Amino acid sequence: MDIECSRLLPSVCAVLVDPKQFVADDTCLEKLLDWFKTVTEAESSLLVLQENPCLTELLFHVVKLQDVNSNILSFTLRLAGIFAAHENSFQYLQQGEVLLSLFSEAGPLSRPAWEDPSVRSGWIQGVGSMVQHERAVQFLCDCGAIDVIFSLQGDPSLFVASTASQLLVHILGFTMHSRRAVPLTTQDCDWPVCARMIVGHIEESLRSGTVPQITQALNVLTTLFGRCHESWTEVLWMRMNPFVGSLLEKEPLLAAHSLVDLFLSMARPQTLRTKAFNILLQPLACVLQAASQPTGSPGLLDESLNDSVITDILLSSKSSCAGLLCQTLAHLEELQPMSHLLIDWPHVPLLSAVMTILRFCSGLATPASSVGDRLCGILIGCFRVQRSALDFLGTLSQGPSPSELIRGVVEILLVYLKSPDSSPTVLKKAFQATLKWLLSLSKTSTSSDLCPQTQHFLRDLFPILQKRLCSPCWEVRDSALEFLTQLTKHWGGRAGFRQALLSSEVPELAEDLLRDPESYVRASAVTAMGQLSSRGLCSNPIGTGSKNDEKKSLFLELLEILSTDSEGFPRRAVIQVFTEWLREGHTDVSKDKEQFVTKVLQVVSCDLDWEVRVQGLELALVFLVQTLGQHETECPYAVEMSSVTQSTQLTESLQMLCHMKLFDFIFSALCDCDRPVARKSCDILLYLKAKLAHHGSLQGSGEACTESLGTQNTAWLETTLRKWKARDQGQPSEVADRGDCQEPDDVLEVLRSVDLEGLRGTLAKSSDHIEKSPQSLLQDMLATVGILEENEADCY
Amino acid sequence: MKLYSLSGHPTLPCNVLKFKSTTIMLDCGLDMTSTLNFLPLPLVQSPRLSNLPGWALKDGNTFLDKELKECSGHVFVDSVPEFCLPETELIDLSTVDVILISNYHCMMALPYITEHTGFTGTVYATEPTVQIGRLLMEELVNFIERVPKAQSASLWKNKEVQRLLPAPLKDAVEVSTWRRCYTMQEVNSALSKIQLVGYSQKIELFGAVQVTPLSSGYALGSSNWIIQSHYEKVSYVSGSSLLTTHPQPMDQTSLKNSDVLILTGLTQIPTANPDGMVGEFCSNLALTVRNGGNVLIPCYPSGVIYDLLECLYQYIDSAGLSNVPFYFISPVANSSLEFAQIFAEWLCHNKQTKVYLPEPPFPHAELIQTNKLKHYPSIHGDFSNEFKQPCVVFTGHPSLRFGDVVHFMELWGKSSLNTVIFTEPDFSYLDALAPYQPLAMKCIYCPIDTRLNFIQVSKLLKEVQMRKLRPERRRDSHKVAQVPLHVVCPEQYTQPPPAQAHRMDLVIDCQPPAMSYRRAEVLALPFKRRYEKIEIMPELADSLVPLEIKPGISLATVSAVLHTKDNKHVLQSPPRPIQPPASKKRKRVSDDIPDCKLLKPLLSGSIPVDQFVQTLEKHGFSDVKVEDTAKGHIVLLQEAETLIQIEEDSTHIICDNDEMLRVRLRDLVLKFLQKF
Repeated sequence: MDIECSRLLPSVCAVLVDPKQFVADDTCLEKLLDWFKTVTEAESSLLVLQENPCLTELLFHVVKLQDVNSNILSFTLRLAGIFAAHENSFQYLQQGEVLLSLFSEAGPLSRPAWEDPSVRSGWIQGVGSMVQHERAVQFLCDCGAIDVIFSLQGDPSLFVASTASQLLVHILGFTMHSRRAVPLTTQDCDWPVCARMIVGHIEESLRSGTVPQITQALNVLTTLFGRCHESWTEVLWMRMNPFVGSLLEKEPLLAAHSLVDLFLSMARPQTLRTKAFNILLQPLACVLQAASQPTGSPGLLDESLNDSVITDILLSSKSSCAGLLCQTLAHLEELQPMSHLLIDWPHVPLLSAVMTILRFCSGLATPASSVGDRLCGILIGCFRVQRSALDFLGTLSQGPSPSELIRGVVEILLVYLKSPDSSPTVLKKAFQATLKWLLSLSKTSTSSDLCPQTQHFLRDLFPILQKRLCSPCWEVRDSALEFLTQLTKHWGGRAGFRQALLSSEVPELAEDLLRDPESYVRASAVTAMGQLSSRGLCSNPIGTGSKNDEKKSLFLELLEILSTDSEGFPRRAVIQVFTEWLREGHTDVSKDKEQFVTKVLQVVSCDLDWEVRVQGLELALVFLVQTLGQHETECPYAVEMSSVTQSTQLTESLQMLCHMKLFDFIFSALCDCDRPVARKSCDILLYLKAKLAHHGSLQGSGEACTESLGTQNTAWLETTLRKWKARDQGQPSEVADRGDCQEPDDVLEVLRSVDLEGLRGTLAKSSDHIEKSPQSLLQDMLATVGILEENEADCY
Repeated sequence: MKLYSLSGHPTLPCNVLKFKSTTIMLDCGLDMTSTLNFLPLPLVQSPRLSNLPGWALKDGNTFLDKELKECSGHVFVDSVPEFCLPETELIDLSTVDVILISNYHCMMALPYITEHTGFTGTVYATEPTVQIGRLLMEELVNFIERVPKAQSASLWKNKEVQRLLPAPLKDAVEVSTWRRCYTMQEVNSALSKIQLVGYSQKIELFGAVQVTPLSSGYALGSSNWIIQSHYEKVSYVSGSSLLTTHPQPMDQTSLKNSDVLILTGLTQIPTANPDGMVGEFCSNLALTVRNGGNVLIPCYPSGVIYDLLECLYQYIDSAGLSNVPFYFISPVANSSLEFAQIFAEWLCHNKQTKVYLPEPPFPHAELIQTNKLKHYPSIHGDFSNEFKQPCVVFTGHPSLRFGDVVHFMELWGKSSLNTVIFTEPDFSYLDALAPYQPLAMKCIYCPIDTRLNFIQVSKLLKEVQMRKLRPERRRDSHKVAQVPLHVVCPEQYTQPPPAQAHRMDLVIDCQPPAMSYRRAEVLALPFKRRYEKIEIMPELADSLVPLEIKPGISLATVSAVLHTKDNKHVLQSPPRPIQPPASKKRKRVSDDIPDCKLLKPLLSGSIPVDQFVQTLEKHGFSDVKVEDTAKGHIVLLQEAETLIQIEEDSTHIICDNDEMLRVRLRDLVLKFLQKF
């Protein structure tokens, strides 16, 4: 803790305990706690307590006060917890019995202030912070705090209740973790006292038959199994197994959602898992049955479906049906990545079920029963279910599907892509699912090109894509473009795809969308065209020079968007495309990289959007790396050139970079008022400096230079830049026309003079780092209550 | 209450409602699908059409080959197209008092009814309905009259001959009643019988019922109607829309508390969502024009075309179609585009506010100003000079049997670059295209029907059924009188479409189930009138002496004479039987009531059995026994062999020839009852 803060602290503590003073802004207290936390983590907490007796006094004082403000009481509890987290401070505080008076049942629990949820929250957070060592756990067991935590699980404040339940998990985890060495059995006597108490409480709750208590216990277990995978948790599960098992056998099922959550958090014992999983599968089995899938195809559930509860929920109303199906699909989607853990993950029946749902939703399914009739009526045109089902269908592309089902998937996807009734959000999901299936199809095909089935799909797909690109709804145009971009990214090199794409009007339509009235669509069109052009799938070559053709080259078209588009999104997209082109060595760009980069940066330097400027710097960096080579450290096996040739090459490169006005751009960026821009520029310059480290001129040609090495700031740079500009303007016109406003020497002077490392440090700090300092916080707190000296004069 | 169905077409209804001595015709729709059986009327001589082979019977008999022509396997009547009129035999149409029109599409048969049936009543419709209806009729007459056809085929209509024809001619109904189009003179005469009304205006019909038009949200000036008496309310819902398009939104609240709801004019394409269809329309249009093709949109001169033009106004720039000319060709194109702009008060709120800016409510004004949309009365004249391709043409008639559209079909049908986009849902596009086969042109079916779908109907019915208690039913305020709403609709709405038999969601679902009607059917509506409003003259009212028989309920007996005139009922004091001697001194009114003595007093109240038994015992009946029955109690006097049967609304004393005993018992019973 710095001296200034130590000086201010006693006054602050005095303010806090003074009932006449009122700290109106309780965020101050939060900030103060954050600061103490960092302080106690950075230095010895005991030392802090000893050097600042006002802190201990504060704790004592608050304990004694009868009508203490509940915010202050809560703060004190948390503060005590923060210090008590360190064993030596804990002991120090224990000596004065301050902890006992704060956390035992004799403490705030018996006071009226306990009614305030903020006090209970403070208590529980204090206890939470404390549980970092055995002594604290022992203390909590002894003083009855564990029972308080149990009771707080049912607290009317949800925050308190949930923290209490998490705290139990934390305490249990901590106790068991510290007893790791001892092998454990399900026998009670093996468990540490505190763990025994908690586990006993959980068992009792599970047996209680009341929903809130069961839910609390299940929540504790869910959090525990989700967080902790040590071996003792298996033993714990063995203890819990009969209790949870008997819950599942109860009719009606109590706390069903919490049970599902518990099973999702752990996928262990086979029998329970199967039961839990079956609950998830029931709605889908019901759907399958309603559409009467041909017998012989494997069903989702072996036993015939006779759960009328599920059927009743499904059919009771549109919203409950949609709700249940969406929830089921979302859970299954979460489980799918774990499907390899499940021995009998019913991939094929699930696929059939989700396809049946999609058919119901689009009016294609033929109902086979009265349940089906009702489902049909409920699900037709239900966007919510359509979206969830398409999401899950996409997820199911990861898995072995028989080819006749794949044919069905393709059909249903085409129906959704084609249907004029698909809402924009549904269509977006349909595109996403289609992409996943297409990619998974190409994965399974052995040949390098697309399989006939995929080719066939593409033939149907492109006319649809064409139509969607002409949609009057911008969201549709946008998602069609995104789909095109993704597909091209993955398949741009495959002959079958190229052929299908080029024989359609899709590239031309995408190009037209560069002039779309909606900025998001323009941005997506830019990205799509960039991708098409990279893969040589664009009708227009991007040649950098303007041609006599009526049609502008794609490069010029994008450059125009970059310089004239009023919205940021398309401009950001353009600069990203340009960077990508440069990075991957787009053939047309490679022909004249310098001109390409010069033109782009010229436009970017005037852009008002900082993201565009940052991306412009990225482009500059890519170019620099391509010109000067990687960082030495990054490429240890690079062939070393002789220092003379290296030096000559560097000089030439520098000359060229100056000629391109690249440094103009980078230096101005260093003075940019947007911090990310300046940071990026600083990083580039540091790279350059490292690159040029061995260059003679950078090492300094004389004493004068060495003195100024790395001490100047950006203000100096701004003045220098202005000076250069003035110099350029004063030069005869033919020189100015040459465009090399800077000489390599000027650049080297900047690199030499500016304290780039220091600058990087400053820029890395957030702009409000001064306002965030603890000293400022303490001063603010005193200022608000009028204690600070400079305000005293105002009293007159 | 009876309903006579004169049309089988659910969206072009013509029904007659008999209600409280009035005869009201609800709409006057003209089924034009009959014209699909005829050959198109080409504006320019078409060698293809004139060279079609005549049709011969299987046995080679060619006696019909002048009347029937064959084209790609379909047989068409080569004659002036004819329309299927509403039933004229089911009810004497001269007895119809008024005709209520709900929208301009539902009045196309008006001249047939008002000019040829002896109709002498009044027609009620809103101003836009009349003006745009006139445009539709004018266009129809113009389309048919400008291509005079010498031949009028009638041989094929002979019942014996019709049996031999191939479908669909064989199955066409009542072909003998099919009529040619009316003349402009008949149109003018029919329209002159219309009286203009505004939304929510109350129109008294003979003092018996009141009719009121309400906004229905479907088209400019389109209305639903409420027909109500003092105690009954019938709602007629025809062609309504809940979507936000150009007309004023639908007024649903005024439909509440209806006893009967006659529901017609739902969407003809319940599976197609209008928004999706507009998207489909735009993309197909753009794709065709990009490839250098022309787009033909067969349409009516008013209605959806306004919305389509508005969509295109927003769309053409994004789709890069700014340089593509849009043509609207109709003899009434100009009037239609201008009418739309002047009916501000009939438009949706957004468009209304534009008028105050002031701006034209529809953006097609700007399309016209910037020369992107051009309109012409016909393909002849200016159009032929200014016509540029590729282009987009809106023109009629959607049946493809007459109008300028016939010319464009012939002109563009051979190229697969061109596209015809069907947006009007009234005609099957496959049938419409049949006489143009084989056809290279692309055909896109994007029916845009903004009328109610079945989901919207079920919401509407729920809304309408939320009834307030009526004053006369409020006596038992704790009992909510759930009087059922009777829904009456065309039979098509009570079963799923034949092509989608499993779609049980495509029917009207209500309780009690909807009553359905079909062409030429008479429905007796299950709704009984139970109340009538009667006025009491002040002096008679003054003479009444109400007696409170229960807290808040008083009764009085009235003797009076009921006068009924012009459907108004009035109770007047009865004439005095004996003329009182002339005296200047006015007698008290109560003395004037002569017949009071003749009336036995009315009894009210109930008999508490326990107290009654106690009273009996007090009066010396010792062996009283009480038995409970389903309806009340039986009190047995065993010794006297007498029983007293007490029920809710009657009391009987049954004793064996002992009149004295009966009178005694009667008097004991009467003690418990109030008299007045």
